[in-house]
Amino acid sequence: MPQRLPDDPRLRRLVSAQFSRRNVLMGAGGLTLAGLLAACGTGGSTTNSAAGGTPTPAADLSGSEKVVNWANWTLYLDYDDKAQTYPSLDAFSQASGIQANYSEDIDGNDTYFGKVQGQLAAGQDIGQDIITLTDWMAARLIRLGYTQELDLANIPNSANLLENLKNVDFDPGRKNSLTWQSGFAGIAWNKEAVPGGLRTVADLWQPELKGRVEVLDEMRDTMGLLMLDNGVDISGEWGSAEYDAALEVLSKQIADGQIRQVKGNSYKEDLISGDALAVIAWSGDITQLNFEEGDKWEFALPDAGGTLWSDNLMVPIGSPHKANAEALMDYYYDPKNAATVAAYVNYICPVEGAREAMEAIDPELVENPLIFPTEDFLANAHVLRTLSAEEETDFSDRFQKAIGN
Amino acid sequence: MSLLARNRGNGPAADASGKAARPGGKDPRSAGEIGAERRRSRMGYWLILPGFAFMLLFFVLPVFSLLATSLYAKPPGADVGQFVPALQFGNYADVLGAYWQELLRSFAFALVATVAALLIGYPMAYLVAVRLRGRKLLQGILLVLIIAPFFTSFILRTQAWKQILADEGPVVAVLRAVALLPEDGRLTATAFAVVCGLTYNFLPFMTLPIYANLERLDTRLIEAGTDLYASPFQTFRTVTLPLSMPGVMAGTLLTFIPASGDYINAALLGNNQDTTMIGQVIDSRFFRVVDYPGASALSFVLMLAILALVILYVRRFGTKELL
Repeated sequence: MPQRLPDDPRLRRLVSAQFSRRNVLMGAGGLTLAGLLAACGTGGSTTNSAAGGTPTPAADLSGSEKVVNWANWTLYLDYDDKAQTYPSLDAFSQASGIQANYSEDIDGNDTYFGKVQGQLAAGQDIGQDIITLTDWMAARLIRLGYTQELDLANIPNSANLLENLKNVDFDPGRKNSLTWQSGFAGIAWNKEAVPGGLRTVADLWQPELKGRVEVLDEMRDTMGLLMLDNGVDISGEWGSAEYDAALEVLSKQIADGQIRQVKGNSYKEDLISGDALAVIAWSGDITQLNFEEGDKWEFALPDAGGTLWSDNLMVPIGSPHKANAEALMDYYYDPKNAATVAAYVNYICPVEGAREAMEAIDPELVENPLIFPTEDFLANAHVLRTLSAEEETDFSDRFQKAIGN
Repeated sequence: MSLLARNRGNGPAADASGKAARPGGKDPRSAGEIGAERRRSRMGYWLILPGFAFMLLFFVLPVFSLLATSLYAKPPGADVGQFVPALQFGNYADVLGAYWQELLRSFAFALVATVAALLIGYPMAYLVAVRLRGRKLLQGILLVLIIAPFFTSFILRTQAWKQILADEGPVVAVLRAVALLPEDGRLTATAFAVVCGLTYNFLPFMTLPIYANLERLDTRLIEAGTDLYASPFQTFRTVTLPLSMPGVMAGTLLTFIPASGDYINAALLGNNQDTTMIGQVIDSRFFRVVDYPGASALSFVLMLAILALVILYVRRFGTKELL
């Protein structure tokens, strides 16, 4: 529809000049170019953070919006198959009046980071108020300033966090993160095919297992186990030389055909099909496989030690529901609720007192070292030290090249 | 053929306004009718607008964004995932130097898979379109069978292949029994399995265009060939095959292009030594190493290489209908 132009000729000239078609087109072109140059990069890039600024936390609307959105991994919260509900979560919603929306959105630390990092760098709301990521990725997010500082006064139960998890090197004093569950990476084998069992990572390289061994594509677990096998203290001061030595072992075993494939979660299918007889694996997976497929496999920490990892609850920088998120964290740090979850997920429970609470839920699980590990068992599990930004890029680059990518 | 189609397309419209055929008169259509026709032709432009906007938003803009990202630089001291806009053309040299083998391998695998799919798909299409012509029910059933794999997810089907080709599975057992495979031989985690997976997964893309083409083949031409004492092979080579070239072109392109960029087959059925395809490398650079410029540069190189190969191919073997 044509716009009526003003009668005053000078005004008329101004207005029509403003709206001439060419100008509008040029404006649009300029915008596009500017957009390109200003970083419309895939995966969103980061002029913002590279320029030195970090995103600022969103205003907390918890008072008026009684909602909390939680992104987690699959099979990581007690689930009622029949009713198709998460009983403990529903109980939280009922008691607190906060509606909890739970989604199994996270299927890998790297892929999830790739998905949300552009928005986080810009300080935007990613639609989640709690995200659950593994230590090293939690370290990266906290370092980049992509998480909000927790108000521990709102989470009195956080005092129940196990003593050895209270001070982690990536988040001293647990200001930005709380442990959700922990687990081990170790070795696992088919009991029928390997009746003698395995004791060390080097046992995977015996000729009888040639072409039937698989290792994890999670760099920190596979490389951690290989370095431990070389006698390296992975929590302490180690560097490029130690990493190289372990990487050489990996490359050699791949080149010799000893290692069939380097895999993520899908090594489970290869254990079932029989293509893989011995693997570097996660403890919870083997528990679950034995439960589903008959008791066929055994998991152990190698003599030289296995790795201990944790997944951590964090509030992303753009979340407008931090207080609600804190209420939910507090709820799951209640020993009784923690034990309810542990009885379902079969991972290490990080909450003091949950072991006692478990007596009432499932007394058999109280003695399970994969849920409530003893001091001895824990002494053999090590946390890989946090890598610096340069190391992270450099090590994963070299690891990816070694596994053929 | 395109001329024919145009006539066919216009035929009914001309019939509908019918009166145009009346002899001796001027254009008998009223001004209103002519106006309506003009509006219809202008309507065509409006109808392509959504498609145009869609391509602009989801293809053109991302391509520019990809190009921009591929030239980003990492400033000293930057954290993981932090880059600044720049014009760092060295990114291309870096990734090409590091990954030319994977790039070549992807095209080699895609080529072998395309040829294999053609050898399998052409007879299938010929059977359904020519041999069974007129037997509607049988044709329908076979066509559904050709399309049936699409009813389940790509990843699930490839996963199923892993079980079928597994060391303890039926195929390996038979091959070992007849000594086609050594006692400790295997099929999964080999280049052979990757190419088989690619062939299988893209087979319908090869079969359907050839079917659509052969379905219109005039069988009287084959009879004529036989009447002229041509052997069946000669008839096929000089009559059927040249006539079906548009279908073959479409089928080979639809197979080759996605197969070269595929990474699911190589990831599930391949190993970590000699089966890595470029799609896997891009995935690993983007998500694992968080090297956005490198991943973008590789994607761009892949796109350009495919485009160049397709142009060469169409120039060399192409038929007019495709150009």
